[in-house]
Order: sequence, then C-alpha cells, then structure tokens
Amino acid sequence: MAQDSYPEELLYHPEHDWARIDDEQGHATLGITWFAQDALGEVVFFDPPAIGTTLTKDSSYAEIESVKAVSDVIAPLSGEIVEVNGGLSENPELVNEDPYGEGWLVKVRMSDASERGQLLDAAAYRATLAG
Amino acid sequence: MLAAIGVGSLEELFERQIPSELRLREALDLPPGKPEQEVFEHLRALAGRNRSAEEQVSFLGAGMYDHYVPAVVDMLTERSEFLTPYTPYQPEVAQGGLQVMFEYQTAISELTALPVSNASVYEGASAVAAAAYMAKLHNGRSAIVVSEALHPHSIETLRTYARGYGMEVREVPTREGVTDAQAWSRAIDADTSAAIFAQPNFLGAVEDAAALSEAAGSAGGKDGPVVVAQVDPITLGVLAPPGACGVDVAVGEGQPLGNRLDFGGPSFGLLAAREEYLRRMPGRIAGATTDLDGRRGFVLTLQTREQHIRRERATSNICTAQALNALAGVVYLGWLGRRGIVELGELLLARTHYARELLAAIDGVEKLHEQPVVREFALRLDADVDAVRRRCLHAGINPGLDMHAFSGRERDRGGLLVALTERRTRAEIDRFAEVLAAAIEAERPAGAPAEKALA
Amino acid sequence: MSVAPPERPGSESGRTIFQKGAPGRRAFVCPAAEVPEVDPRELLPDRLRRTDPPALPEVSEPELVRHYVGLSKRNYDLDSGFYPLGSCTMKHNPRLHERAAALPGHARLHPLQDAEHAQGALELMWRLQGALAEISGLPHVSLQPCAGSQGELAGVLLTRAYHDDRGEQRHKVLTPDTAHGTNPATVTMAGLEVVKLETNEAGGVDLEDLRRKADRDIACLMLTNPNTLGIFDQNIAEIAEIVHGVGATLYYDGANLNAIMGLTRPGDMGFDIVHFNLHKSFTQPHGGGGPGSGPIAVSERISPFLPVPVVSRAADGSFALDSDRPKSIGRLRAFHGNYGTFVRAYAYICSLGADGLRDASETAVLNANYLLARMQEHGLAEYLPLAFGELCMHEFVLSGGPMKRRLQIKTLDLAKRLLDFGFHPPTVYFPLLVEEALMVEPTETETKETLDAFAAAVATIVAEAREDPEVAAGAPYTTPVRRLDEASAAKRPVVREAL
Repeated sequence: MAQDSYPEELLYHPEHDWARIDDEQGHATLGITWFAQDALGEVVFFDPPAIGTTLTKDSSYAEIESVKAVSDVIAPLSGEIVEVNGGLSENPELVNEDPYGEGWLVKVRMSDASERGQLLDAAAYRATLAG
Repeated sequence: MLAAIGVGSLEELFERQIPSELRLREALDLPPGKPEQEVFEHLRALAGRNRSAEEQVSFLGAGMYDHYVPAVVDMLTERSEFLTPYTPYQPEVAQGGLQVMFEYQTAISELTALPVSNASVYEGASAVAAAAYMAKLHNGRSAIVVSEALHPHSIETLRTYARGYGMEVREVPTREGVTDAQAWSRAIDADTSAAIFAQPNFLGAVEDAAALSEAAGSAGGKDGPVVVAQVDPITLGVLAPPGACGVDVAVGEGQPLGNRLDFGGPSFGLLAAREEYLRRMPGRIAGATTDLDGRRGFVLTLQTREQHIRRERATSNICTAQALNALAGVVYLGWLGRRGIVELGELLLARTHYARELLAAIDGVEKLHEQPVVREFALRLDADVDAVRRRCLHAGINPGLDMHAFSGRERDRGGLLVALTERRTRAEIDRFAEVLAAAIEAERPAGAPAEKALA
Repeated sequence: MSVAPPERPGSESGRTIFQKGAPGRRAFVCPAAEVPEVDPRELLPDRLRRTDPPALPEVSEPELVRHYVGLSKRNYDLDSGFYPLGSCTMKHNPRLHERAAALPGHARLHPLQDAEHAQGALELMWRLQGALAEISGLPHVSLQPCAGSQGELAGVLLTRAYHDDRGEQRHKVLTPDTAHGTNPATVTMAGLEVVKLETNEAGGVDLEDLRRKADRDIACLMLTNPNTLGIFDQNIAEIAEIVHGVGATLYYDGANLNAIMGLTRPGDMGFDIVHFNLHKSFTQPHGGGGPGSGPIAVSERISPFLPVPVVSRAADGSFALDSDRPKSIGRLRAFHGNYGTFVRAYAYICSLGADGLRDASETAVLNANYLLARMQEHGLAEYLPLAFGELCMHEFVLSGGPMKRRLQIKTLDLAKRLLDFGFHPPTVYFPLLVEEALMVEPTETETKETLDAFAAAVATIVAEAREDPEVAAGAPYTTPVRRLDEASAAKRPVVREAL
C-alpha cells in the first residue's frame, strides 16, 4: 500500500498494532499498521502462534520478518487466539499490500473487553507518529 | 595528506584521540621485522622440526585423516577471487562465492540425504554443539543425551557449550563397541531435547543408526527429541545416509573432503537437516533467486536467523565460517563424482578389512570389538601401548592413536585406534603388520602365553 | 538504462555444476584395491549399507576446472580492488603466507602427532601466543577459538567461570548499542542476559547510563575501542574503574585492533579479556567468509579458566600441549585451533616486527582520516555528514540521511552504484544507531591514489543523483547480475539444486 492510511473504525496500540472489534461476542481481529509494514519492508515470513494460545496486552505474541529485519508483534488486547491467517504462509506480502484487510494476523476472543478503552483512535495514533 | 585532514603531524592524530597516559612510550617487545626471504627460511625451519605425513607412514586418524587432496583443489583455493573476498554482502559481485555455497549445500544434502544444509560451520565438534542449540530452540527441553562413542573432543565441546545453554548432558555407555541400545532408550525421556550418536563412532564401528533413531522417537514422548548424527562424510558413499535412517540433523567434520590436516585446522563442519529445521539453522545459507533482468542468481538468505539482524535471539553467534574450506570440499566432491565417492568408500572398506584381519592375527593383538567398520578400527594390545608405539615410530610407522593416553578412560587401556585412507597401500599395511608384530613381541610381558597359531 | 552484458556460451548465469557433465564422466581415477577383493555386502549388513548413491556431479577435470574458474570470475576480490568494509580490515594478504602455510611440514601435520614430532608447530604456536600477549598487554593466551565470535563466547564463558569460582551468580552483560550483532548473540548462547548501554553525543559510552546500570548482577561489559563508529573512547579508564568497581570483567572485542597496534594496548586500558581476529589485523585471507581465527588473551586472574589445551614450554625448552588445567572452561572445538591461520599470522608478525605493526596502525588511521577529509569536500559533507566527532581512528561512519531526504537516494543505492565504478562499497546500515549508515575502513595497504579515486567516485554518484536519482536506484548495471530479489529468496527459500 503506497499511501499511509489509518482507518477510522480501528483501535491502535502505540507499538504499531491495530485491533478491530468484530462483534458483540467479544471477538477481535489484530494486525500491524501501515507504519509498521513500511518500516519493515517487504514481509517474508510470519509464523503465527497456535490456536488456543493466550495473548497478554502489551506483550509480544509473535515475530514478523522482512528480508533485513525481525520485529516483535505486540498484542493490543488480551485474549485467546481462535483463528490465524493461514494465507500469509503463501503470501506474506499481503501484510504490506493490505495491512488492515487481507493482511490480518490473528483473531482473538477478548478476555477483558474494557482494555479497548486504553487503545488510541486513528487521530491519536497518527499524533504519536508525528511526534 | 596531513594538510587535507587539517592536522600538523601524524602524532597529532593520536594525541587528540588517545589519552596520553594510555600511549605506549616504548616499542612493543617483539623482534624487528625481517625480509620475506628470512621469514620464509624461519618458517621452513619450523616446518622441518615437524614430522608430517610426508615423512612418516601414518595410520593415525581419530577425527582427521591423511587423504589425497587433488591438485585442482589447491589451484582453485589459491585463486585471488576465492581467497581474498569477504562474506558476500553485495551479491551482485559475489555470484562466484554464493554459487559455490549453493553447490556445496546441494552436495552435502545429497551426501546426507537430508533436504537442507547450511554453507558450513567451523568444524566437527562445535557442529555437535550447534545442533544441540538448534534442538533447544526447537523444543525448549533441557537435557541432551549423547552416546559416549562420540569423539571425546566432541563430547567435551558439547559440555562446554551446554553449560552456556543451561542444558544437562547425559552420556550413554557402549556395549560391544556400539551404543548400548537399552541404555540409550532408558536415558531418553520427555525432557530430552537432542539425542546424539556418531556414525561411524569413535571406535570405528558402524552403528545401527535407524534403530537408534527409532528408539529415540519412541522413548522421547510426543514429538521425540531431535535426533542428531555426527557423521564421517567420506563414508557416505557406502553407509546408509542419516536422512534414510530417521536422523533429523546430521553434523560432521569436513576435513576428509579435500582439506589438509594443517595440524588440526582450519577445516569445516557440515550441518544438514530436515526441512522443518531450516529456520533454526545457524550460519550462512545461500538461496537461489532472480535478478531484475530475470537471470538466475544467488543471495545469502534467511538472514533474519543470524546475529547481525536477530542479535540476542539469533540461532547462533556465528559470523565468519569456513567458506574457503567448504569450496575445497565441494570441488573435491565434484572431483570424486557420483561413482567416485562409492568406489573410494569400497576401497576403504576393502583395505580396512584387510588391515584389521592382518593385524588382529598378530599374537598379542585382538579386535576391541567385532562390529562392521569402514575406515578405522580399535585394537587391544597385550603390551604397553606407549612402548609399542615408540618402536613403531622408530621404524618409520605411526601405528595410530594410544586410546588410553588420549581419553584417560580406564576401559581404553591397551587400546590402539588405527585409521586407513586410500594413501595407505597394501605394501604399507603389510609392513605395518610386520613392524607391529615385532614391537609387540619385544614389549609383551614375559611369559605371556601365545594365544594364536603362528601365522 | 538496462544493458544486459552478453552471455558467453557455457557461462550462463546460475548454471550449477550439477547441471553440467554427463553420465560416466569422471575426474577421479580410483587406485586399485591391491588387497583381496571382498563383496561390500559381506562387510556391511544391508540395513547399514547405502543403496542409492548420492547424486554428485559427473564431470571430467577440464569441466570441473572451467566451471569453477568461470565462477571465480564472477567475484569481486581484494586482490582486484579496494574493499573498504568497516570493521573488516580488508588489508592486503601477503602471498608469502600461502607459500609458508603450504609447506608439508605444516600442511600435512596431523593434530594428534606425538609432541616430539611436532615441535616446530608447537613452537610456532607458543611464539604466536607470546606476540599476541605483547600486542594486547595481557599475558595469557589461548589460540583455540575458530573465529571472533567463538573468541567472544570463550570470553563470556570465562567470565561466568570466574564469577562462579568466587561463589557469585551474575546474570547480565552490558553491551553498547553500537555493538556488532555477535556480542548480544554470544551473551545469549552463554546463558546470560543482554543489557544495552547508550552512546553519548561524542560517540562513546554514556557514563551516566553505565553508572546507573553497573551493579553486582553485571558479569561483564563487552566493548571495542575504538568502537564501530571509529571513535576511541577517551573515558576508557573511568569505564574500567566503574566496571571493576562492581567486580565485573571488561571484555575487548578485537575487531578494531588495527587502529592501535603498537600505540596503546587493551591490557593497559584495563581490559581483562581480549579476542583477536586473525583474519582482520593479521592478514589471514577472508576466503569469501572464512576460515578465520579468534584467539584470546586474558589477565592473570582469568587465566585459570582458559580453554584447553594451551601451549606450554618446559624447562628444557621443549613445547607441549597442556590440558591439565582443572578450572578450565573446557574445549570449544576439537584439536587445538586453526593452525593454518597461525602460520600466516605468525609470518605477518615476523615480517613486520614491532615497528612495522605500529606503522601499520598509524597508516591505517592516517588513511581513514585522509579519506574522511576527501569525502567531506566539494559539498559532500551536507549529504553524507560524519555521524560523530571530527577525527576518527581507522574507520569512520557517515550518515546518508540527508542524502536520502534531499536526493531521494539511499545508502543502499549509493553502494550499488559504486559497484559500477569498480569499487566494493563500504559496510551499509551498520551500526544501527546511525541513520542510513555508511561505515568506511580503508586500511593501511591502500595508496593515496586509490583513496582519491574512491572519494571522487562517491562525489560523482552524488552529483549524478542530483540530476537523476533513478540512475543509482537502478544500479548496478555492469555486474554479472543486477539487483537480486532477496524477498522471494526468503519467502520461498531454495537452498539446493533440485535433482
């Protein structure tokens, strides 16, 4: 994706991760932001944790690799992984091309929905990038 | 130049950068420099006080072997373009070196029958330690089970590294010259990260690799330990390769493949594994790709495993490895070729068998074990090994390794480890037998009964 | 601009040795067995025997030679041109060393040869130990480690052993954020934890940060001096005092030794453990990625823990390998070390002597400062400013940040375009601390003319970029291959020929 973009409907973590609340049953989709994929360069490898793994907010839950860099992926919310993006093993570059759509990383069932309140909205996240 | 820099003197460059109390005020206490001719004479004099395989018929092995290195290897490793560049960080001008690595990886993969190989590690013993680190990264378990029939230096090296890894090393004894199968199974459990054996082992014996691998898998709980075999690559033309025996990671000392003895180094270590271990492998790996114009080319790949990117979470700290020695290895394997590696293996089998039978027929000599061997075997002498060796050396033959002196282990007392290469001719073997017989005769305890009918 | 060089027949890009030859061709002629024939099936039971030979190439000697000589011509090398990689010390490899190392007395000597028949080799190792001790200012040397990073591992393991022996459990090692990646990787392999130290504005260790972080859980501080910025840390005495004050050891990464031989010594600076890279300052050829060698020198208090064996000299003047050292950390490898590299390093030290080694370092520093000055002329300094300080030691780091912002070309593009000018580029993107870093180490064996030509090439490329940044972005054009797709190679690794 050539132009930086930070969709309004998402929530953001200062460590360059986003969360989309999917439904009222407590499911959320997680991924990395445009800024993160731009800094990494072309993503070549993402090895997701197993379904059932517990994520803790603010902690790293996986690594994502480009040719010349490895980055920790920080969990914006706590929860249990219910689905992982299997398409990334064949086409990791989806993270660059469509970081908020086809480039999603994992889906979780949140353990504490109130954590949402600690995340930033698009404007606040953009502000952290400018500073 | 000083003017361009903007300083008044060379001394100023140092005055301004190094605190004066740290400056050396006297010259280093080293002899003055000498002309090339004198340096060469000095090095030649030092060489003259070494008895190399040039001056002595040697049956010494135990990890490094006096194989014939063909002239093409020397000629290629001396070329500026292979000898003097750095690691290929700019692949566009390093396609020669990168393709050599790719070809080497292919050759090692073929030899071991394992799909992925790296571009070399330092040597055989630290390669075992590297495989143990791979296992730790893979399964996070904390014990290493190792056959005591590995080269003693490999076990010692493994122990040194394992202390750093925070892993425990458990040795499994041998029985009749090979790893004790029951003890092996008993030693392996759900906490075993890696199970390691040597093929052939230090006593020259061929292990039942497939059985050891299978037993490790059964004993190790769900997902078993990583099975590691330390191999002698020259034997892989005739021995079932590790990939066909259920082994996960094969390591080994590469010196027999086109590299000199060089008093123990440099050589190279080989490391190959099943596909699933690729991203845990240490060291450089060359991969094929294409350039902007669609040409096939090669690059260092999966660099995110390595220290310069992953730093404290790297698969190893290795940076410089053994590229030139690996070049010698792949050229040697190309020189031997598909048939040559088999023919050479069969030659070694035949001469080793001949030598073993001939020597074991001597009064006062017996085989230490009855296992099949390929190029090395252990004998037990009924006489002081050190004294027997001295007599042989005096007659111009190095009869092999004094096992007890080397390992310090009581059960190695009386042991002599004898190695063959294709350079040891029949005439030399026959002469060895005569010399050994005479030496034993002279050194045998008085009154010892003659156990064998005279040959 | 896209000019593909014509392919000469037989040298098609990327054809491996496995794609050449034909069944039945061979180079090796097997000697006759000479012994009575035995069926291998009688010697090796079926389950132990190989049934499917490995698919090694089937080529004749002429094909083998032509293939590898052809490959060699697709390599840039130090004998052919300037190679200013930072912290790699790409200095000339004297050819005497190859001749000396090839002498059969050295080359065909078995590592387990009886000591009395290896006195020449043991003496060489003993003398080399002594020379390295003198150069470093630390008396006790082990030649065993195979390379710099193995020397580093030895250093950290020695530190652990030293603290354990005193009954202290320490868990952390301090390394500056400018450190080479091998330092933190080594610390993890040795079972300790990395703590990063900040760099101050002068490019040295931030003393305040050091004082904050130095406590009794710190086992060691790993430093190189001069550091990877080419800057000599003038506070080294104070750093040593702080570190020793909490009972920790001070480790010297010898990668930058070429700046200081005969001028100052790490032992005098207060370091306890030093590693040397024989393939840097001591001219062991790089071989395209090894072999190297990483001997270590240590102070008296660390010496009991040295790896075994160590070469010792008896009262009668004879030499032996001594493994009877009860507190040793053990072995890091089989046998005694990369002896072939010892022969070369020793020959180098004999050739240069005390004065020659000092001259080498002085000239290395002179050349680096001269090249720096040339590369700051003609307005280049505004695109590629020096990252820290004014003068440098044997290497310097420029930042390509301004060049990237103003001309839209990155350090990477500059490096690739330098290839078209016949130069190997400097190190790029290291140290990580500097934006768009370019780390340049010319070494002492380069002439003023070469340095001038290199600076001129960089100036030309920058001028070119002002006109048209696309030229550098698409470089190189004249090399055997153009820019390669590293992303595919990492996504779908192909690490062997499919056969």
